[in-house]
Amino acid sequence: MTQRRFKWSSIYLLLVFVILYAPILFLIVYSFNSGTTMDHFDGFTLAHYATLFADTRLIAIVLQTLLIALLSALIATTIGTLGALWIQQTSRPFFKNSLLSFNNILIVSPDVIIGASFLIFFTTLSIPLGFTSVLISHTAFSIPIVVLMVLPRLKELNGSMLDAAADLGATQSQTLRDVIIPFITPGIFAGFFMALTYSLDDFAVTFFVTGNGFSTLSVEIYSRARQGISLEINALSGLLFVLTLVLIVGYYIVSQSSQRRLLRKKRGVNR
Amino acid sequence: MTQRHFTSWTYYVPYGLWVGLFVIAPVGLIIYQSFLDLHHHFTLANYQAYFESGTYLMMTVNSIWWAFLITLFTLLISYPAAYYIHQLKHRQLWLLLTILPTWINLLLKAYAFIGIFSQAGVVNQFLSLFGIGPQQILFTNFSFVFVATYIQIPFMILPIYNALDDLSGSYINASHDLGATNWQTFSKVVWPLTLPGVKAGVQAVFIPSLSLFMLTRLIGGNKVITLGTAIEEHFLTTMNWGMGSTIGVVLIVAMVLIMIITGERRQDRGRVR
Repeated sequence: MTQRRFKWSSIYLLLVFVILYAPILFLIVYSFNSGTTMDHFDGFTLAHYATLFADTRLIAIVLQTLLIALLSALIATTIGTLGALWIQQTSRPFFKNSLLSFNNILIVSPDVIIGASFLIFFTTLSIPLGFTSVLISHTAFSIPIVVLMVLPRLKELNGSMLDAAADLGATQSQTLRDVIIPFITPGIFAGFFMALTYSLDDFAVTFFVTGNGFSTLSVEIYSRARQGISLEINALSGLLFVLTLVLIVGYYIVSQSSQRRLLRKKRGVNR
Repeated sequence: MTQRHFTSWTYYVPYGLWVGLFVIAPVGLIIYQSFLDLHHHFTLANYQAYFESGTYLMMTVNSIWWAFLITLFTLLISYPAAYYIHQLKHRQLWLLLTILPTWINLLLKAYAFIGIFSQAGVVNQFLSLFGIGPQQILFTNFSFVFVATYIQIPFMILPIYNALDDLSGSYINASHDLGATNWQTFSKVVWPLTLPGVKAGVQAVFIPSLSLFMLTRLIGGNKVITLGTAIEEHFLTTMNWGMGSTIGVVLIVAMVLIMIITGERRQDRGRVR
């Protein structure tokens, strides 16, 4: 009986995974289609990739998107890490909980609300819409996720390590630089990575605050998709899929190796 | 325990500024803007229009209904999936494979469905084999709910999986030892103990589903109007920011209500323990 149930569950899971991946594979397969639609596969071609690489406007947008993602992730990681330090250090529970609640507001808010309220904000302060407003917005909505990634590491930080540092005469900034930061580095990296994906993934907020001249990849795909099928977008998704895979495998290897190091340490203690 | 201060207060200025400028100020501004008319005069007319004209209320009810359907279907598909993934041997890898599609840009996935659901698309070719002929699939309510569910599934699987992971296997063994059937074990032990995960998933799916304006445009063919669609329309097309903000405030209220509904259980559990 157990074997039969196992079989059903495998079929179910297989179905779920097929549905999850079918649209993505579908996109990539048709990026090699020599026709112009996603209806019939006429033959193999790399023409759409050639068009993609010749499309300087699109390449400029890709570079802009990457620049925004990297810059916003860097700034957000810095501010978010400092924020996590603050939240961890506050002694009054009420203040701590309020800070945490404020931190989480932007995580649970729908994108449209963030976009609309930021648009009002930028217009009120007459900050021009474009690169600056998009960069500020991406930084702003990435900060809370960095805080949430760094906080657990800070909680694990052993108090006696800080005492030892203080006993050995370390100043505040030395303790921060030589004890705390190295210990929470995995959390900081996870936060940076999450901020990066948040920025690359965002459409709605950018759509609100981008103005006329500036565009990111998501906004560009949206406006092209509204005009109908163009296999150049398929070629783009093929490239992005490969890029994503590389990023994830890289992240997986980094996190696995740090986990293994942790495990080894634990095992060492047990022996 | 003595409080350690390993940083001086100047380190906190950036984060404090962020809270003030990008958390508190925008919410305040959207509430303030909801009381302004097109000429920036203070007015309650937006709220009056919202509550008196049936269209806004109907739109809100519809939006909540669609979000409910999306959440329901997502949950029905995701719970068994999370349950079975958790029983697999290389479950971490499978979990990663579940999350992987979320890293593909949402717009690209929506765009894929424009091709799949089109008049001459794959689904219609398949249907034609059975003589059901080309059907209008794209730009229908069905396609909107389908694509939204598709996009949300990983966000539901993840918290449920985590809840299952937290569940100690000894509870299940104990339940079986005490003579419970598989179904009893599930309904009396597994389900109640994974409910926090389900609630977290519902939270993660329901709130964004109220505001998926890009899907209503690309897939729903403007037939489905969600709260998000209405806000986008008022802000970027008709430029009536006051009314857009009013709907925004409604969306914020809806969000807070959902958080209260899905959050209260945690306190209950704390009290019982």
